[in-house]
Amino acid sequence: MLRVDGLHTYYGRAHILADVSLDAAKGEIVVLLGRNGAGKSTTLKSIMGLVPAAQGSIRFLDREIAGLPSHEIARMGLGYVPEDRRVFAELTVMENLDVGRQGPRDAAPAWTPEKLFEIFPNLAEMRNRPGGRMSGGEQQMLTIARTLMGNPRAILLDEPSEGLAPVIVEQMARTIQALKAQGLTIVLSEQNLHFALLVADRAYIIEKGRIRYSGTMAALAADEAIRLQYLSV
Amino acid sequence: MSALVVQFLNGLASASALFLVACGLSIIFGVSRIVNFAHGSFYMLGAYLAWTLTRGLGWVGYGPLGFWGGILIAALIVGLIGVLIELVLLRRIYQAPELFQLLATFGVVLVVQDLAMAIWGAQDLLGPRAPGLRGAFDVMGQRFPEYEMLLILIGPIVLGLLWLLFNRTRWGTLVRAATADREMVAALGVDQRKLFTSVFFVGTFLAALGGGLQLPREPVQLHMDMAIIADAFVVVVVGGMGSVGGAYLAALLIAQLQAFMLLVPDFEIAGLTISIARMTLIPSFLVMAVVLILRPYGLLGKAPSHARTQASVEPVVRATPPILAKLGFASVAAMILLPLIADEYGLMVATEILIFVLMAASLHFMMGPGGMASFGHAAYFGLGAYGAALAAKHFNAPMEAGLVAGPVLAALGGILFGWFCVRLSGVYLAMLTLAFAQIVWSIAFQWVAVTGGDNGVLGVWPSIGKTGFFYLSLAFAVIGVLLLRRAIYSPFGYALRGARDSALRADAIGIDVKRVQWAAFAIAASFAGSAGALFAYFKGSVFPTYAAIPKSVDALMMVLLGGVQTISGPLVGAIVYMGLHEQLVRVTELWRLVLGIAIIALVLAFPQGIAGFAAKRFAKEDGA
Repeated sequence: MLRVDGLHTYYGRAHILADVSLDAAKGEIVVLLGRNGAGKSTTLKSIMGLVPAAQGSIRFLDREIAGLPSHEIARMGLGYVPEDRRVFAELTVMENLDVGRQGPRDAAPAWTPEKLFEIFPNLAEMRNRPGGRMSGGEQQMLTIARTLMGNPRAILLDEPSEGLAPVIVEQMARTIQALKAQGLTIVLSEQNLHFALLVADRAYIIEKGRIRYSGTMAALAADEAIRLQYLSV
Repeated sequence: MSALVVQFLNGLASASALFLVACGLSIIFGVSRIVNFAHGSFYMLGAYLAWTLTRGLGWVGYGPLGFWGGILIAALIVGLIGVLIELVLLRRIYQAPELFQLLATFGVVLVVQDLAMAIWGAQDLLGPRAPGLRGAFDVMGQRFPEYEMLLILIGPIVLGLLWLLFNRTRWGTLVRAATADREMVAALGVDQRKLFTSVFFVGTFLAALGGGLQLPREPVQLHMDMAIIADAFVVVVVGGMGSVGGAYLAALLIAQLQAFMLLVPDFEIAGLTISIARMTLIPSFLVMAVVLILRPYGLLGKAPSHARTQASVEPVVRATPPILAKLGFASVAAMILLPLIADEYGLMVATEILIFVLMAASLHFMMGPGGMASFGHAAYFGLGAYGAALAAKHFNAPMEAGLVAGPVLAALGGILFGWFCVRLSGVYLAMLTLAFAQIVWSIAFQWVAVTGGDNGVLGVWPSIGKTGFFYLSLAFAVIGVLLLRRAIYSPFGYALRGARDSALRADAIGIDVKRVQWAAFAIAASFAGSAGALFAYFKGSVFPTYAAIPKSVDALMMVLLGGVQTISGPLVGAIVYMGLHEQLVRVTELWRLVLGIAIIALVLAFPQGIAGFAAKRFAKEDGA
C-alpha cells in the first residue's frame, strides 16, 4: 500500500531524516516509535508532501508520490491527521467535516457525517459548535473524522494520544481498532509505547532521523534491551 | 439638523463604495496573504471600462449593454483580467517574501497606469448618469440624489450576499478554512491554486464593480487607483485583515467621519488657517490610530497565527570585507575628484544619486537590521523636504537651519508614526507605514495655505554653488552611511537585530523590543529626512509627490535591488536604480510601463531577492 525507500529530508541545512525506509501493507497498522525530535512527524509530513523530501522514493498504491503537491496525494486516498490537530477554529464541526469531504473511492470505506458520529458519539452532540470551543480530546476526534470524510484508503496519524487524558487514550485505541476493522491502512507515530501495544501490528523505531529497529509489536514487547535503548526517557 | 441627516446619508453612500473595494482586498489577503497593491488599479479599470461600455463608444445615450449591463460586464472583464494576473504573476510568488509580492503588484499598478493613459487619455471622463435614478429625494427640505440612495442599499446587499457565499456554500467553507490554515486544507485534498484563483476573481470583480458604480458620482481619472488604495488599506487594517464584516464596519466608521468633517468650519491657530473639511484623510488616520491602540489586529480581526510560519532567521551582517572597504574608500576618493572632470549635468546626476544613497541607507537600516518593512518611507523624505522648505518660506531660515529643520520634522514624524507601527509586525506594519505616508502626502496636498498644495513650495535655493552643494551631499551621504553603520554594530544594533530575529527571546533577556524598534524607526526617519531636506535645496522646490507612494517604491527598489542583508547593498542599489530611472524617463514617455514590467520581471526572476539569489549561489559553491 505505502512504501518509503531511502528518504532524506532537510530543514535548511539541518539533516532531519537520513535514509528512512518503511512500508505498510493493506489493512495493517504500523507504528513509528521514537522520542521527541526523533523525526516521526517529519517522516509523516514528508510522505504527505508538506515538507519536501530531498531524496528517496515514496510509493503509494504503486505510484510514486514524492514531489507531488499535498492535495494530489490526499486526492489519491492518503489521509493525514496532524499532531497538533489543526481543526479550523472558526468553523463548526459540520463545516470542518465538509472541508475534508471527497468523493467515494473503490476499496475504501465510504464515510458520511452520520456514520462518523457512530464512531465519535461526542461529535454528534456538538454539530454546530465552532472547532475552537472544543476540548483537546474532542478536537482530536474531529480531526480524525475530518480526514476520514475524504474516504481514504490509508491514513497517517501523527501522535493521536498526545496530550489526551488516559480515559480518552483508551477510547482512541478502540477507535483505531474499529478503523482497522473497516480495512483501513494506518501509519501512526507515537511516543507512548503502551498505546502502540494496544493497536499496532508492527513497529519501527526512529532515532535522530534514522530507523534503528523494525519488527512485529510482539517481538518489540519481548525485547527489553531495545526498548530501554531507544524508548525509555 | 437636516444638514446632519444629509451628511449621514452621504456617509452611508460613500461607505458602500469604500466597502466594495476594501472587502475584496481583505478576502484576497485573508486567503493568499498577498497585499494586493493593484487592487486600486482594478477599481480604476472597472470605472474606465464601465465608462466605455455604458456610453457605447461615443453614441448618444447608453450603449447596447445599457447602464447596468455595462457596469456588470466591465466588472466581469476586470475580474478575468485579475484571474490572468493571478495565473501569470501571483501564482509564482506565493512563497516569496511579502515585500516582493507588494512590489510585484506595484509593478502591475505602473503598467495599468500607462495602459489606461494610452487607451483613455489623460483628461477626466464624465460618465453617464443612472437611468431612472436622476432625480432626488426630499430629505427634510434638502435634496438627496436617488442614485446615492441606491448606493446606500448596495453596501449591505453585497455584505449579505458575501455572508451567504461564505457561510452557506462549500466554496465559502473552504475559503474560511484556507484563511485559517492553508497547509491543512491542502492536506485534506483541496487544490489551493483553484481556490486562490477564484478568490482573486471575486475580489477583483468587487473592486471593479465599486469603480463602475462611481461613474455617476465622479469623473473617471488616472489618480483613482492611488486615491482609493490608501483608503482601502486603512479600512482593511481597521476592520481586521480577512474580515468582511470588519471591512463594512470600518468603511462605515471612516466614511461617516469623513462626511461629518465637511461640516467643520475653518479655524485659525497662530495665524494659520486650518481647514479640517479639506483634509479628508485625517479622519481615517484618527480612526486607525484609536482602533490600533485598542485592538491591534482590527475591529473584527484576529492575531496572525505565528505558530505555523517557519521562523526565518536573517543572515548575520558581517564585518565589511577589506576589499569592499577599499572599494568604498576608492569610490569616495573618486567622488571627491569628480567635479574636476564632470560637467554640470554629470554633477547634478551624481548629487541626486548621493541623496538617494542616504535615503536608501536609512530605509535599509529599518528593514535589514530593524526587520521592519516600510512601504511608506517617502513620508520621512517628504517631511524632511517640507521641513526645510517651510522653514525657508515662512521663517526665512538659511540653508543651514533648513538642513536641521528637515530631519527634525522627519524625526518627529517618525516618533509619532513609529509609535503605532512598532505595535504591529510584518505585512501589517508595512500597510500601516503606507497609510501614514499617504497621510503626509494628503496634508502636503490639501493644506494649501501652508504647503501650497499641488503648486508646492518654490524658491528653496541653496546658499552655495553646484559644486559646493555636491560636496555637501557627499558629506551627508558618507557621514550618514557611516553613522548608520556604526549604529548597526553598536549594542543598540545588536539589540535591534535580536528583536528582529526573535521578539519573544529578545523580550525574555530584557530587551524592550518595542522601544528599540521605535528608536530605530525614529533614527531611520531622521536620516531619510536629511535626504529630503537636501533634495529640497537640490531641486529648489518641494512638491507633495516627494511623499507619494512612487517615492516609497523607489526607495524600496534600491534596497531590494542591492539586497537587504548587506550594508553596501542599498548603496549599490541606489546607484543602479537611479541611473536606470534617469535613463528611462529620458528615453521613453511610457517609462511607468517599462519600469513596471522591469519590476515584475525582477520579482519573477529572483523571487527571493537578488541578494537571496546570490547567497544561494554562494552557498552552493561552498558545498561543492
